[in-house]
Amino acid sequence: MKIPERRLDPDLREIEKKLLEGERLGMEDGLACLATSDLTGLGQLALGVKRARYGNKAFFISNHHLNYTNICENRCRFCAFHRASDSDDGYTMTPEEAAKQIAESPVADLREVHLVGGCHPDLDFPYYPALLKALSHARPGLEIKAFTAVEIAHMASIATISSMECLKRLKESGLSAMPGGGAEVFSERVREALFPRKIDADTWLRIHGEAHSLGIGTNATLLFGHMETQPEQVEHLLRLRVQQDASGGFRAFIPLPFHPENTPLNHMPGPTAVDILKTIATSRLILDNFAHIKAYWVMLGPRLTQTALHFGADDLEGTIVKERIAHQAGAKTAAGLTRDRLIELVKETGFEPVQRDTFHQPLDASLDKVNK
Amino acid sequence: MTVKSLKEVIAAAEEGRLVFQDALLLYEKADLLTLGQIAQRMRFQKNPEPVVTYAVDRNINYTNICVSGCSFCAFCRQKEDHDAYVLDRPTLERKCRETLELGGTHILYQGGMNLDLDLQWHESRIRMMRDLGLHVHGFSPPEIVFMAENAGLAIDEVIQKLITAGLGSIPGGGAEILVDRVREKVSPKKASTSQWLEVMRTAHNLGLKTTATMMFGHIETAGERIQHLFAIRKLQDETGGFTAFIPWPYQPGGTTLTTRAAGGTTYLRMLAMSRVVLDNIEHIQSSWVTQGHHIGQVALHFGADDLGSTMIEENVVASAGVHNTISRSEIIRLIETAGFVALQRDTLYRPVERKAEDGRRRSVGSNG
Repeated sequence: MKIPERRLDPDLREIEKKLLEGERLGMEDGLACLATSDLTGLGQLALGVKRARYGNKAFFISNHHLNYTNICENRCRFCAFHRASDSDDGYTMTPEEAAKQIAESPVADLREVHLVGGCHPDLDFPYYPALLKALSHARPGLEIKAFTAVEIAHMASIATISSMECLKRLKESGLSAMPGGGAEVFSERVREALFPRKIDADTWLRIHGEAHSLGIGTNATLLFGHMETQPEQVEHLLRLRVQQDASGGFRAFIPLPFHPENTPLNHMPGPTAVDILKTIATSRLILDNFAHIKAYWVMLGPRLTQTALHFGADDLEGTIVKERIAHQAGAKTAAGLTRDRLIELVKETGFEPVQRDTFHQPLDASLDKVNK
Repeated sequence: MTVKSLKEVIAAAEEGRLVFQDALLLYEKADLLTLGQIAQRMRFQKNPEPVVTYAVDRNINYTNICVSGCSFCAFCRQKEDHDAYVLDRPTLERKCRETLELGGTHILYQGGMNLDLDLQWHESRIRMMRDLGLHVHGFSPPEIVFMAENAGLAIDEVIQKLITAGLGSIPGGGAEILVDRVREKVSPKKASTSQWLEVMRTAHNLGLKTTATMMFGHIETAGERIQHLFAIRKLQDETGGFTAFIPWPYQPGGTTLTTRAAGGTTYLRMLAMSRVVLDNIEHIQSSWVTQGHHIGQVALHFGADDLGSTMIEENVVASAGVHNTISRSEIIRLIETAGFVALQRDTLYRPVERKAEDGRRRSVGSNG
């Protein structure tokens, strides 16, 4: 029986050649990745890059997501989480309440609090340092990864200080790292349509650059699968790569598939799994100066997260405990996963689960046992 | 016999038919994406067009009363249970008419092993469905074995009677794992491996097409999974009567086997292996109903060329707590965004002409 020629996309061969020669990928390459019909071929390229960095490892963290408020004046059209300040189900935690939740967190070996909220019009600046301090003391050995660049810009404007000054004060109060949210898509066209009140790409990137200059490591995200075009997706990655070349403080990139439920965009279906895997793989290939690509299990679901580990992702985020933002938008996953379940998910894929800290350092196994 | 290296086995898979040891080695050692690529090669060899088919149908379960008592099943009931049922004729007719209105072409018609339902009862129901204009894809082999035993007839006599009444094809359910060690543990009262194969052989010889399934991820070993594929391949060499193969992982929940459901990559590996080993079966179906839309779609790059059906109604997987539903427009979107052309088919994989009003804007399928 004659076997037909392997249907490897010729554009992928070109990209493979560039990768082997250490040549950076550009817009055309990114578009070729997103357009390819050879999903597993693309995956193999991304997995090759991932394996060269980390071999068989897949990272996760014991963490707890906390949303200190859902009140936000930005009212982005893709968001199902925000509430108006006079809303019945709006809430804001006092620093004490937030600390209590962390003190009572079911995660026995908790390492990190992931803290994001909204742009609350009535909170004074001192609330934020107080919140960081309270959380830092809620448990020993905690790192606080807090506030998107959007929240930083909002606080700075409330305090009438620069974003740089704001970051300095927060760092003094216990800010260890920043999450990557609020980047959405770096496109003025999309911003005007979906999130006109939110800071623009230049501001988002500038604030991350400032954080990096202060030694605060940050993440970056892309919210994809709504109205953005593929060139806009790739442009987003390229702009992140330029910023990383300049400031070097990004640790992980997290592609976030849009969830439409309970948003004004609920007529849109959200991206399919093939879109998601292509975006993850393309991110791994373009972001050659980013250490980590995260498969955010909350938005992918456990099965696709497992698959994404074969498409260039090396990190699954963490235990999380109580995710609210994606769940308000219809995520069907659990609100949190236990450490054992994360380990089991990774092991089933054939990869090796490695528990890490906020700074992506693997935890010492023996220390880990003691903590457990 | 010398043991081949993985590289040699991959080469062998690309050359042609795999022997058992090579298949097992490939399954246990090959990287997921490598398996996917070998599977896609076979997929395009069997079905060269980048077309993915789907069906519009309804699963109707005529009874949930079953004497089989399989340890993995959450659907079966005892006759005296408060939620035991036998579907009455008017309800069946209503369900069939709804299916036709939604552009459905056939009914997947299965049920439990219920001693109160005799062959005449079944024949009259099939006749009704056929007379309404629906193709009846009905009665998995264990049901046929059960009917034959109750009626004191041979397998071929039962199938012939069902054909005369209007049966169009036989679904491949109840295969579970076609290894008696496994069957004795999980479904001891159900048709044995040889009985299951014998029903299919007989059906094929009487001119019926059938599908074949595999329920994996419970107590079977990797070798037994491959044995299952080889049993199907062997019979297909003999009869050529299987149209499609559908592997799906056991879904725990409310059932008495308590292991966790196999994950996404385990499913994709098994699916790809099915495509690679079953070089004589035309179609491999993705199981969105157990895997959800995400992995159901990704499967189209791991050997599947069919996305199953809209399943206007599905009860068996749902009884294990798994509730995935899909509309026709969503099936088409999944196929198209995966890079393929969507085509509605009937049970026998023939294209179905779609009327204008059945276009993609119309959403079918809710699983109530």
